[in-house]
Amino acid sequence: MTVRRLAEQQPDSFEFTPENRAWCDAQISKYPLGRQASAVIPLLWKAQAQNNYWLPQKAIEKVADMLAMPYIRVLEIATFYSMFNLEPVGRHFVQLCGTTPCALRGANDIKAVLEKRIGEQRHVSADGKFAWLEVECLGACCNAPMVQINDDYFEDLTPELMEKLLDDLAAGRPVKTGSQIGRIGSEPEPGKSDTLTDATLYDGSVVGSWKTRFDEARVAEKLAAEKAAAEKAAAEAANKS
Amino acid sequence: MTKIIVDGSEVDVPAEYTLLQACEAAGAEVPRFCFHERLSIAGNCRMCLVEVKGGPPKPAASCAMAVRDLRPGPNGEAPQVFTNTPMVKKAREGVMEFLLINHPLDCPICDQGGECDLQDQAMGFGLDSSRYAENKRAVEDKYIGPLVKTSMNRCIHCTRCVRFTAEVAGTGDMGAIGRGEDMEITTYLETAMTSELQGNVADLCPVGALLPKPQNFKARPWEMQKTESVDVMDALGSAIRVDTRGREVMRILPRVNDAVNEEWISDKTRQIVDGLRTQRLDRPYLRENGKLRPASWQEAFAAIAAKVKATSPAKIGAIVGDLAAVEEIYALKTLMQKLGTSNVDCRQDGAKLDPKFGRGSYLFNATIAGIEEADSILIVGANPRKEAPVLNARIRKRWLRGGLKISVIGERADLTYVYDYQGAGPESLANLVEYPPQAGEKPMIIVGQGALARPDGAAILAMAAKYAQAVGAVKDGWNGFCVLHTAAARVGGLDLGFVPGEGGLDAAAMANGGVDVLFNLGADEIDIKPGAFVIYQGSHGDRGAHRADVILPGAAYTEKFGTYVNTEGRVQMGARAAFPPGDAREDWAILRALSDVLGQRLPFDSFAALRKALYGEYPHFARIEQIAPGATLNVTATGNAGKEAFASTITDFYMTNPIARASSVMAECSALARGRMQQAAE
Repeated sequence: MTVRRLAEQQPDSFEFTPENRAWCDAQISKYPLGRQASAVIPLLWKAQAQNNYWLPQKAIEKVADMLAMPYIRVLEIATFYSMFNLEPVGRHFVQLCGTTPCALRGANDIKAVLEKRIGEQRHVSADGKFAWLEVECLGACCNAPMVQINDDYFEDLTPELMEKLLDDLAAGRPVKTGSQIGRIGSEPEPGKSDTLTDATLYDGSVVGSWKTRFDEARVAEKLAAEKAAAEKAAAEAANKS
Repeated sequence: MTKIIVDGSEVDVPAEYTLLQACEAAGAEVPRFCFHERLSIAGNCRMCLVEVKGGPPKPAASCAMAVRDLRPGPNGEAPQVFTNTPMVKKAREGVMEFLLINHPLDCPICDQGGECDLQDQAMGFGLDSSRYAENKRAVEDKYIGPLVKTSMNRCIHCTRCVRFTAEVAGTGDMGAIGRGEDMEITTYLETAMTSELQGNVADLCPVGALLPKPQNFKARPWEMQKTESVDVMDALGSAIRVDTRGREVMRILPRVNDAVNEEWISDKTRQIVDGLRTQRLDRPYLRENGKLRPASWQEAFAAIAAKVKATSPAKIGAIVGDLAAVEEIYALKTLMQKLGTSNVDCRQDGAKLDPKFGRGSYLFNATIAGIEEADSILIVGANPRKEAPVLNARIRKRWLRGGLKISVIGERADLTYVYDYQGAGPESLANLVEYPPQAGEKPMIIVGQGALARPDGAAILAMAAKYAQAVGAVKDGWNGFCVLHTAAARVGGLDLGFVPGEGGLDAAAMANGGVDVLFNLGADEIDIKPGAFVIYQGSHGDRGAHRADVILPGAAYTEKFGTYVNTEGRVQMGARAAFPPGDAREDWAILRALSDVLGQRLPFDSFAALRKALYGEYPHFARIEQIAPGATLNVTATGNAGKEAFASTITDFYMTNPIARASSVMAECSALARGRMQQAAE
């Protein structure tokens, strides 16, 4: 986390497109009279989406005016949530998941690719097309490692696939969203379709192995207790005699 | 009422009390930073942790847990709370250690030192030393206006200032941007706060993060003499404490008075302090050959005596300004009676209020605290935000609770609450009188000076009274007819009957050449035409003094004992905190000395004798802090109301009296407010 401020270079004005304006009005109308401020996050989100994935000052003020909120209330929200970008993020904004499951599956290699191709975090590349940021879990752990680019997830990445993805995006070629190795949802990886028929899943050596260990420990405890009791009885008998 | 056991002793408290309040009711002290009685509960400082028996095995924030949330014991015993167990002690030490992690150790150069909650509570509840060796966080200082200086490293994020501007002031100026360790308190892009109550955030700040800017590095709290007094900047009579060092007033702070100002005061009340030092009249002046020259008291009195003796009583008059205390108005009235003139007036703005309509016709009858009971409010020709910001905060407080309908006739201003705009001028009021709306059980009508200080003021007053009768605002147990004054001296003057007698001239007639000798007791908002011989008695070299032929230097409100009657008719005592500068004297004493020279000696030789005479004639002035209820409305209309729209008499909140006009801090605030108005107009 770092201190987040509004960008130094700001556009002079911000206006929702007619379609977005209609969408915003629909969002606002969801809330009862006097509670319109509840729509602030959807509106900011739409404003960000309309403005190349970053929020200019004028957009914050526009949203505040639409919801009759003091400007500072909207600024608080825009600076609180790290998903609101306050500075330009290029054409394609890459958010790399760096949390444990992705890290275990090779997110650090992806990170190296991004550092090599785009440069430092939070900086727009020289051609203005890319910027990247390491974020916390994006909730696609089954298909780790993954990145989010603008609105889409790209999963099951390898350094090579990441390079290719960046090349395709830079060249404006169509790209495949979701898993890059052809998985559908979070089904088993290709070639590992025997997952559920694996015998070791059911014999207690993998799943439920804790129970075996627990039972063994209890048996050992019981034996030790019996042994101790027998010894004690023997010692008492010896004392008596 | 619910029973609860605090540290072994049982107390009976309302179920909606928080544990913190219950602990206080039981006499147990609970430290706190974010909790404040008049703000919403935040529960983020964690300093008020207590142990709750039967609750989860962890400390509970007592400010955020209600008594009704506690479970009784297995046999129905009252729930138990502890504030003195080892667990609580350890919890407090832990919280204090966390709070101090990022708090700088700059108490020796911090203005809050000596009156700092954090300092006191660290002494009382903290550990003796720090275990923290890492770097402290650093935060940029913010600009948030000319009245409050920031030192953001010291901020502990209690959010009291944020809640104050959002809830009480209603402007939503301040907020917390960022999150976690990067959270920062600021205004929107470091613009100046816009509230007229912004100075209060420095009082609320429990540490030295927000400090009053004009008093920056000027004095330490323990070297100041504290005098309890009342404010005269508006007609509310807010309770204040005047802090002086030596002869100099250093600062003005609010006192708690639930009946009037709760614990807030406006920025004008707080920060006119530098105006008390500048532009002061510290010796008598005499106009010779068109120029004022310093003179002695004898010379000044002799000049007045010569002029008065050569003038017939019908050509002598007196006007009283906005800041005069009851005692000097009484002395002046007695003197004028002895001189045999009935040309006296205490309404320099020309308000058509008159004691002959009964006391109920010029008081804020519902009382300020009564606003909280009102069901509907009609505001006519007033802008309470400018005329009485603290009263406006009270209306907002009532409005926030819900179920209050507010309507406005007059200026369409931002009052910090939503209202129903009914129109601009008298015809809108006439319409309401004709078709009175459903106004609830306890309706209220607030009539401002903007509706009364105009030629058709009497007709509008009568119309407002008619409206009050029509909607049932005046009945047994409730009188919702309220006049909002802007001058601290006005109600006192009206109570004394300081208005033109039979055949007497009013202020405007006197100022327009109706008299040859005009005695001006601190009236600076009236334009006196050339011709008359003007004696100005006052504290500041302002409009009145520029027009004067003789200047008698008087005392400002912090320099004299005096009685003031606020807009609701509450009699309050101001006290002397410092002495008048140079040759200036207390005003009643000047009038007493002058009366001797004029051969009409006033019948009191001491201030006590004056008060005795005053109380003999007007017994209600002796009942301090009380309100003598106004008689029922008896307003007889004279003439018809015009068509002109109502406009508040106050165009610039920061510049309403000579003291404020002498203050450079007020000038800066005024310039900022003007800039904002221009920006809004574009």
